[in-house]
Amino acid sequence: MSVQAPNAERQVWIYTQMLRIREFEERVKRSFTDHPGVIRGHTHLADGAEASIVGSLSHFRQGDAALATYRCHGYPLVLGSDPKAMMAEIYGRADGLCKGLGGSMHLTDVKHGFLGTSGIVGAGIPHAAGAAWAAQIRKKGEVVFSFFGDGASKQGAFHETLNIASLWKLPVVFVMENNGYNVVTTTAQEDANAAAGEPLAIKAKAYSMPGVTIDGGDPLAVFATVGAAIERARSGGGPTLVESKIYRLSAHGNIIAPPGVPLHYPEHEAIAVFGRREEYEAALRGDPVPRFRGTLVKSGVLSSGKADEIAAQVAKEMQAAVDFALKSPFPKLESALEDVYA
Amino acid sequence: MAQLPFIAAIDAGIHQEMRRDPSVLYFGQNMATTENHEFVAAYGHDRVRVTPISETAEIGIAIGAAMAGLRPVVELYMAEFMLVAMDQVVNEAPRFRYMSGGQVKVPLVLKAGFGFTAGWAGQHTGSLTALFMGVPGLKVVVPSTAADAKGLMATAIRDDNPVVFLHHYLLTLEPGEVPDGEHLVPFGKAEVRRSGGDVTIVATGWMVHRALDAATTLAGEGIQAEVIDPRTVAPLDLDTILKSVAKTGRLVLVDQAPRHATVAGIIAGDVAEHGFSLLKAPIVQVTARDTTVPYSEPLEAYVIPDEERIVAAVRGVLKGRR
Repeated sequence: MSVQAPNAERQVWIYTQMLRIREFEERVKRSFTDHPGVIRGHTHLADGAEASIVGSLSHFRQGDAALATYRCHGYPLVLGSDPKAMMAEIYGRADGLCKGLGGSMHLTDVKHGFLGTSGIVGAGIPHAAGAAWAAQIRKKGEVVFSFFGDGASKQGAFHETLNIASLWKLPVVFVMENNGYNVVTTTAQEDANAAAGEPLAIKAKAYSMPGVTIDGGDPLAVFATVGAAIERARSGGGPTLVESKIYRLSAHGNIIAPPGVPLHYPEHEAIAVFGRREEYEAALRGDPVPRFRGTLVKSGVLSSGKADEIAAQVAKEMQAAVDFALKSPFPKLESALEDVYA
Repeated sequence: MAQLPFIAAIDAGIHQEMRRDPSVLYFGQNMATTENHEFVAAYGHDRVRVTPISETAEIGIAIGAAMAGLRPVVELYMAEFMLVAMDQVVNEAPRFRYMSGGQVKVPLVLKAGFGFTAGWAGQHTGSLTALFMGVPGLKVVVPSTAADAKGLMATAIRDDNPVVFLHHYLLTLEPGEVPDGEHLVPFGKAEVRRSGGDVTIVATGWMVHRALDAATTLAGEGIQAEVIDPRTVAPLDLDTILKSVAKTGRLVLVDQAPRHATVAGIIAGDVAEHGFSLLKAPIVQVTARDTTVPYSEPLEAYVIPDEERIVAAVRGVLKGRR
């Protein structure tokens, strides 16, 4: 199945969304130094995965659903969530997307089809399959996007779910964002396929479903591959495993420390743990956001002037999210006891 | 009213809800493998499916389907199989409503048998109720009669939260009068199975019947025991227990789980805190002995609470009464 490439307008939309994710998350990262103590616990950034996220979600339609992991800021931004409510959630405020009950790791926006995010690696994969069962019963051609990392493919939940999803031909696309590292463990250190020099997408073969490996830094490649998988799922052909190879440009998350210790983002594990500065610098040179801007300017889809204009707009939008979140009050104490039961 | 075995009453509850609500699903291992399967024949494979032996995926899929608007019932057979997927039961299903700030509902039922002390040895005999009752967001149901099995299952399916439905395996064939037609039993309403003014006995599942046997024996000695069956332990109807204790002043808690993994311990704590002045004697807990359930029959019987131990405990709390 081949998918028609996105037109110029859509390509600009893709670039804009990629930039929105980057600018939002830059401000999450900067909050640790600009506004110490405002963000608690653990945050995880998707810098380097923007092309994969946006290229995939370009195919999202009304009625579809997406589920993801604790690294979850990018998806709702693309699906239409309000960055102000998202930042307020990450700051633990009353105007937060989830009333300050979930935080950075558990962004959820049902109204925009973003159904849920589990902070437990791999645990959300069966949830996506369950939502896909519901879609299968509704018979409206709706699909579910399941996003997770390479680490999750070592969990039982991944294997059990891929088996059932293939067996039942569920309308779900599994997008594995392979960023090469499970926290501080490289893929080759924990994955038999990687150690043998094979792509992780080969795991799909065990469950008799298509498995494809793509350059997740190229939004048009992601658009084409995930688009074909989505079409297959919509038409009743069943699931596909897409291994989207990306490079996480920040460390796994901010440092883990008890209260009182200022939080910050440490150096990437490639440098901090393995001393591979050249690997990291090469990844920076291949940063998908400027790379796609270059592609669009070169192909004439976007002028430099227009690109700068978009950048200024996006920066303004995301700064407004920070300003809003800082002013939002903390939730009322009683609200901690609401929403335990429906 | 029809006379039904306990297990058929549970099925009747599932049928009642599947007939009225097309969003109810029923699935699990080793079921629905032929077109003649009663649920497949009635509702079709869209809603009734066999799964592989994949508890994490089964329960996880139920969670996703529930978040997407369906009402799944997962057939797990044995409560221990939930241990394989404990993350999904404890740290996924009950968390999503809360963490989403009330955006999602996760209405699902995890149907699992427990306490099968019939020579099933160490891994299929546990009474794990207390493991689940302290998890905010989960509800936990423990029917002891056929009528409640039907009515509590129906209520569990209609509930908008994840519900762990624990049916005691030794009650499987126990017959009972079950109301025909729509039957619902509310959560959080204990049932007084036998009235009495001398001592309050609280028990769940199969232990309710052991407590009732003990009460009959005690009546022969002139001791009137009140036997309370909470029916659901989350939510727990503490009021009914406290009212009874206000009348009797004495409390014996019976639980099939080992000493420090019981619902009894939690009730004892609540009664000590909220009803201390009502008590004329210390609360006594009759629990399983602190060990894995042994295979050999006399050893198994020695470990699990029985009528004799309940009777002895009651005599103990009544010793020297004025």
